[in-house]
Amino acid sequence: MAMTETQDRIAPRSDLSGTELQDLLRRMIAARTFSSRCFSLQRQGRIGTMAPIDGAEALVVGAAAALDPARDWVLPQYRELHGLLRFGEEVLETTIRYLRGDPAGGHFPAPIRIWPPQIALAAQIPQAVGLAWGMKLRREEGVVLTFFGDGATSEGDFYEGGNFAGVLRAPVVLLCNNNAWAISTPVRLQTAAESFAAKAAAFGIPGELVDGRDVLAVRDAVARARERAVAGDGPTLIEARAYRLGPHTTADDPSRYVPPGELEAARQRDPIDLFRRELEAAGVWNAGLEEEAKRDADARFDRALAAAEAVAIEPDSLFEHVYASPTARMERQRRQLLDGLGDRGAGGEERR
Amino acid sequence: MPVMNMVQAINATLHEEMARDDRVVVFGQDVAVNGGVFRATEGLYDRFGGERVVDTPLAEAAIVGAGVGLGVAGMVPVAEIQFLGFAYQAFHQIVGQMARLRYRSSGRLTVPIVVRAPFGGGVRTPELHSDSIEAQLANCPGLKIAMPSSAADAKGLLAAAIRDPDPVLFLEPLRGYRAIRDQVPEGEHLVPFGEARTVRGGDDVVIVAWSYMVEIARRASVELEQEGIAARVLDLRTIVPLDTGAIREAVEACGRAVVVQEAPETAGFASEVIATINDEAFYSLEAPVARVSGWDVPYPVGLLEDYHVPNVERVVAAVRRALQ
Repeated sequence: MAMTETQDRIAPRSDLSGTELQDLLRRMIAARTFSSRCFSLQRQGRIGTMAPIDGAEALVVGAAAALDPARDWVLPQYRELHGLLRFGEEVLETTIRYLRGDPAGGHFPAPIRIWPPQIALAAQIPQAVGLAWGMKLRREEGVVLTFFGDGATSEGDFYEGGNFAGVLRAPVVLLCNNNAWAISTPVRLQTAAESFAAKAAAFGIPGELVDGRDVLAVRDAVARARERAVAGDGPTLIEARAYRLGPHTTADDPSRYVPPGELEAARQRDPIDLFRRELEAAGVWNAGLEEEAKRDADARFDRALAAAEAVAIEPDSLFEHVYASPTARMERQRRQLLDGLGDRGAGGEERR
Repeated sequence: MPVMNMVQAINATLHEEMARDDRVVVFGQDVAVNGGVFRATEGLYDRFGGERVVDTPLAEAAIVGAGVGLGVAGMVPVAEIQFLGFAYQAFHQIVGQMARLRYRSSGRLTVPIVVRAPFGGGVRTPELHSDSIEAQLANCPGLKIAMPSSAADAKGLLAAAIRDPDPVLFLEPLRGYRAIRDQVPEGEHLVPFGEARTVRGGDDVVIVAWSYMVEIARRASVELEQEGIAARVLDLRTIVPLDTGAIREAVEACGRAVVVQEAPETAGFASEVIATINDEAFYSLEAPVARVSGWDVPYPVGLLEDYHVPNVERVVAAVRRALQ
């Protein structure tokens, strides 16, 4: 079943080895599996609202593949985490904890260079620019990549952040996941511009439009942007065009607004299917590997879920990490909370 | 000790802190070559260079947002918002982002930023330049808010703010930049947060204030002294954290209190001080606590502002009410 490293028949489209190509597909399959498992957990009431990754696997996995997890930072929006395990296996458990409502779910353990999901659209863009600016001042090698959606490009933070990035020549990659919909708002109601990539002109930086369904194309585009950033040539805006293959979140019903047939048509160009077919045709993928990839993803999810659900939440952790040390007033409030809980406090221990 | 006005003390402190710690980066609109529109950052660009003293595009949200990233990168950001009223355009980055990154990341990502901004009335500025919005910010956990009333405290609190591991809003009274002058300690001078200062002694009544209203309260106290009324003046210095103990002790000693704020009356920080007196020292009160504030109107245009901002006469009248 195993393929040899030398079997690489999709050249000249890629200089990656067969093993590397398989790894990309495995990560895409795993991302969808993890996301689908979370969707089911939401339906069972075990986690809160979540945004499925379906349709974005190629652009997330492709972007991550072009980064150096030891040096580069990722500032996600909220749809990408299931595809970012290249930064560390603990990304999955942390993501599940986040979706459960565990306060530690926003803490990706060091050395994982990922910020917590960002709910305020585009707010992470100026922050990514500032982080990249700081890394440049500190003469660090790395870059910052931030994900955001088509809807986020209508926010002021996109324009302010993109403009700042251009002026400061910050080593940052701005990656727009244009998945055609911002909940129910189609792209034509989001902008009159011919593309989101074209907006790079306003920032005086390179803009690139790439097929977000094509993992290799995204990987190459991000690699070029990273190279420019590391060389001191500043930021790049990349628009990766894909399609959201399902609801915005577990709380959304796209049948209310997506024209009939559109979703089915988009499914014909599912990024995982496209890449799988390509690898099958090249002889580096088969049904056995597919089966193994899914089984492996399920097993990893089971392990991460068990670990995440084993965590007991202390009520007074409510007061931790507001400041480096709590104010006197917060200490009084903490005592009030615990007094009110009485013997219902954490661990059943009687507290006064 | 040299005598300085407040803006000179702020400038001297920025020089000292940048020399002490090469991670300190000063940035904002017009702060580098121009030295700041009030000269608070004068000389920094020539001394520390364009990498550490940076003129940014005119974008308040990105100044704060980029400052958040800069802080996580390991720098010590000192951002200037040219007027606090312009911080409305950065409100989501201050309240929704900067204040809570430590909390959201359970301590992994922290932002030792200082956001400096002048505020307050009395200098006939255009619209939106004079708003006192400290209560809106104090309602946001994760922020610390320093509001000095003297040049010495401006130095001590700013140095403490720059060394603080958490986001600090450092709000400077525009009217006090040149009008407030006092002796400023040379060298290392730190004023810890959450420690109020007794500006004038007295045990008939305590006037609680912060920022430029301390100066108004002090003048009122001098005037009241002519009538034989000993009005203590308590300067909160930082409203978050709040020195609850100092408020309690002052009210217990005096039995009567007046709280003065420049902001509009409704839901201002004076309300919080009065609620604190209620919690901490209610049974020491011999009269209801009086409040002096701006009126519940948007900050008015120049020819009306003297009718809006609390003055010595209004504070004196409130003290007489509290003493009845």
